[in-house]
Amino acid sequence: MSFHTGVAANEEPHDKGKYAGKVRSRPFVASVVLLGGIAALVLSIAASISVGAADIQLATVWEAVFNFNQDLRLHQVIWELRFPRALAGAMVGACFAVAGAIMQGMTRNPLADSGLLGLNAGSGFVLALCFAFFPDLPFLYLIQYSFLGAALGAGLVYGIGSLAKNGLTPVRLTLAGVAVSALLTALSQGIAIYYHVSQDLAFWYAGGVAGTKWIQLKIMFPWVAAAMIGALILSRSITLLSLGDEVATGLGQRIGWVRAAAMIIVLVLAGTAVSIVGAVGFVGLVIPHIARYFVGLDYRWIIPTSAVFGSLLMVLADIGARIVHPPYETPIGALIALIGVPFFLYLSRRERREL
Amino acid sequence: MEPLHFNSREQRRKIRGITVLSVFVLLIIIMFAISMNTGYIRLSPLDVIRTLVGVGTERQEVILFDFRLPRIVISVLVGVGLGVSGCILQSLSRNGLADPGILGINAGAGLMVVLFVAFFSTNAKAPVLFLPFLALVGAGLSAALVYTLAYKRNEGLSPTRLVLSGVAVTAGISAAMIVLTLKLDPQNYQFVTVWLVGRIWGANWTFVLALLPWLLLLLPYVFYKAKVLDVLNLGEQIATGLGTAVEKERLGLLVASVALAGSCVAVGGGIGFVGLIGPHLARRLVGPQHEFLLPASALIGGFLLIAADTLARWIMQPYEIPTGIVVAVIGAPYFLYLLAKSQT
Repeated sequence: MSFHTGVAANEEPHDKGKYAGKVRSRPFVASVVLLGGIAALVLSIAASISVGAADIQLATVWEAVFNFNQDLRLHQVIWELRFPRALAGAMVGACFAVAGAIMQGMTRNPLADSGLLGLNAGSGFVLALCFAFFPDLPFLYLIQYSFLGAALGAGLVYGIGSLAKNGLTPVRLTLAGVAVSALLTALSQGIAIYYHVSQDLAFWYAGGVAGTKWIQLKIMFPWVAAAMIGALILSRSITLLSLGDEVATGLGQRIGWVRAAAMIIVLVLAGTAVSIVGAVGFVGLVIPHIARYFVGLDYRWIIPTSAVFGSLLMVLADIGARIVHPPYETPIGALIALIGVPFFLYLSRRERREL
Repeated sequence: MEPLHFNSREQRRKIRGITVLSVFVLLIIIMFAISMNTGYIRLSPLDVIRTLVGVGTERQEVILFDFRLPRIVISVLVGVGLGVSGCILQSLSRNGLADPGILGINAGAGLMVVLFVAFFSTNAKAPVLFLPFLALVGAGLSAALVYTLAYKRNEGLSPTRLVLSGVAVTAGISAAMIVLTLKLDPQNYQFVTVWLVGRIWGANWTFVLALLPWLLLLLPYVFYKAKVLDVLNLGEQIATGLGTAVEKERLGLLVASVALAGSCVAVGGGIGFVGLIGPHLARRLVGPQHEFLLPASALIGGFLLIAADTLARWIMQPYEIPTGIVVAVIGAPYFLYLLAKSQT
């Protein structure tokens, strides 16, 4: 498979020849950014717990987490509603961002994102089918069907994209992704209306993490953890793939296997995230580029940084969703699209070669 | 080439064109009749005829004249407008993937519709006539935005980048619509989601009245310019060489196309892909000359939308699904097919 792409993101042409195995990275800056990101994430999760219909003091949040008292109503609100919501935001953000980072590195396509390439719409479609035909399906199975859906979306987009004579260009893939998403979203909406499974069509557009329960977090956590560890293990190989197939093969990578493993990780991450939050796009597009800007081109740093930044973006967007127009919740996907679209346009313009 | 031979080929083209047009007029009439019988409350063909000649029950009259007929008329008009608009866009940009929905024109109009609905109520009569103007402004602005984003000084306008910018602008404006309505008036939130999936919402005679003058004004202008479109389609240099004022004509036609799409979408909802499929099928059936291509695009667009709307009411009885969903289910695979076939 060959992808006629420009060089990924910040990569400068001379890097390629000069260092075959050793790419530009900045371990010191990266560590600082990573630690700073984690600190910001902890703060924003705390903020996320304290902001809402009832404003809660941070001291109370601290109390509730470390010294839980069953009888206090505030503690219950924190423990049952706010805390899982904030954690879900963080987890989902990390999933989307890492999935995007892997896809961008693996396919050398700066416009790769699980939302743009049909994975999210595929998951949403299969979830709609599940809600319609097996309404009592436990979340554990739901999440697995969601993986299948992501695979369906990705398969359709890549299959159709590669039918064309000139092969897979980023733009062709993106356009195929848009059309496949439009089709699958339309089908999901039809199903949702017919079977009354969705009172509010907006879920398919936008989504949100409100109403996440502990049980869902417990089920999704092992999948996410496994996928993240897998991503870190693969990160070196992904760096090599991002330099091009020839380079990767020359350095002893079995690119077929790496691709397959990376793709499975991407499907698990995107599928899990969609089953919690709905089809939210652009996180996986924007975050890896920002991460790359800070930490260089080594995916051993890009992947953890993307995870932290993705979490941060999602938690902040979720806070935003609550304060834009209280007491109504603004769909989180719409807020992120407002940031993501200009970024997308900037990326698609910057590309040197004819896209 | 002998003149006689040329004449007979020209004649055959004309006969073919006229045949195709008549077939689609017939198809629309048949679909119109089927559509009148379809819906939550069934009316038999006999009932419809009796009601039309004025001897039906009062209830049948209300169903037919106040609910069903305006909706059918609107869907045909919207389809016609979008078909012609897409045809102009494809010819001007020489880009087979152009469509007012894909290029962000619909979204711009939609944003204006949402603002309009937030400030006036949806059933006030006078402002509705004003709606197409607003939609035109919104559609024009977003078309200009997409054009600017896709244009590069050294490379000009690449077809794929045009489509890509359109897709992105559409996503951005849709998100803005959702956030904005929640901020302005949460009651209208439902309306926005319904507009976005493309339900024909303006199904009464006021909306027909708001839309009709635009079509009556713009369609003759566009048909009158069919020859100019033929020339423009040959490329800028040849067109200039043949003595066409390229910039002026192009701007006029572009404005007409944006106005058609904007006013149609204002009453029809965010329906995509009609402007893509209509002209493509038309080109296959009648060839590239706009003399027949334009009316054929119009009629095929109208037929597609009335068929989709009838299907939307019939397929999941007694529920009704938004027409835009039916159109997307047909249109998206067609877009993918064109994408797989395209060279660039």
